[in-house]
Amino acid sequence: MTSIRHHIPEDILASYVSGSLSYAFSLIVASHISLCKDCRARLETHEAVGGGLLEATKPAPVSADLLDNVLGALDAPFEAPRTFARQGPLPGPVVEALGGKPPVWRSLGMGIGQCVLQRSKNQSVRLLSIPPGQAVPDHGHRGLELTLVLKGAFSDETGHFGVGDLEVADEHLEHTPMALEGETCICLAATDARLKFNAFVPRMLQPVLGI
Amino acid sequence: MPAARRSPLKPETGLDAVSEQTLWLMAVRDRQDRQAFVNLFDYFAPRLKGMFIKSGLSAARAEDIIQDTMLNVWRKAHLFDPHRAQATSWIYRIARNRHIDVLRRENRPLPEELKIEDQPAEDASQIVALEMETEKLRSALMRLRPEQRELVEKAYLGELSHSDIQAETGLPLGTIKSRIRLGMERLRHEMKANTAS
Repeated sequence: MTSIRHHIPEDILASYVSGSLSYAFSLIVASHISLCKDCRARLETHEAVGGGLLEATKPAPVSADLLDNVLGALDAPFEAPRTFARQGPLPGPVVEALGGKPPVWRSLGMGIGQCVLQRSKNQSVRLLSIPPGQAVPDHGHRGLELTLVLKGAFSDETGHFGVGDLEVADEHLEHTPMALEGETCICLAATDARLKFNAFVPRMLQPVLGI
Repeated sequence: MPAARRSPLKPETGLDAVSEQTLWLMAVRDRQDRQAFVNLFDYFAPRLKGMFIKSGLSAARAEDIIQDTMLNVWRKAHLFDPHRAQATSWIYRIARNRHIDVLRRENRPLPEELKIEDQPAEDASQIVALEMETEKLRSALMRLRPEQRELVEKAYLGELSHSDIQAETGLPLGTIKSRIRLGMERLRHEMKANTAS
């Protein structure tokens, strides 16, 4: 867990904080943060900015009965939302996306299995299971593709990715990820064809975060 | 809400430097203190309303989300860790998550909560240090030029869509980040020590 070397880029983290990230990418971010205390601290730092802005917001009077409504509900029985703990290599957010059930793998050939968690016109997020030493053929993504390693490791032209590492690939990157020998590699992979990042928050943070 | 298992703070530990909002939230967490909860409500509900209205919600919709937010503050207070967040940041997170879920009509994926079964005793100096770093960030925010401030507000409070805004500011986020990281390290070490003993 301490050996994570590839983290969430600042622009993607900022978009997650502001709520403008798709479901597919939000799942990647939430899963990485579940594994990475460094990025958790970065997320909480953004929340401290949000808190500062909240504190400085000009108060607007609320309805007279709002407090009583809230107080009246404090002791009402409520069903705590189900929480999903990590299961083996799968972090809580992935287990939640699976509804608490184990993944059902469909074969893509060459021993590679996939389990689609969500797919729509523009975005998709899936689990991939790649046997040791197997290369993943080019799968032709449009837009940005994020790949988070959950088990094992893979390497490609850009580097080596172990558990917790996040690879960010744009559509110009031609790469052939290959699972390392010795262990099946399980990844969470998401694409979003629409996403174009603005440079605002990363630029703003550049001088202070040294990115 | 499960009873808090962490050791209560001793009055002599010097928490007078901690913001009263954080102390109220700790009282809600440790003692289900209703008066402290009312204090939190009186302080945050009007600010949350201001924030939601700024982001384009109607007053009625804003109050619905405030009600959900404050109920969640009560129900999740046992998860509040003042070594990692001031009350204001923590309540911002809860409000923002609720706001996003309501607008998107889906549950946005959230990271696993850190589980610390037997919380170590509070370390007042750590809490105060985080408060001071956060305070520095706050005053830096207030010193932004109005147009920069507006851009930052758009990003953190505004409508939930992409925008083409660009800005450069010098917010001292790095120091808070190290402070939060330190707090987490400390918890990790204490957890290890507790498991070992």
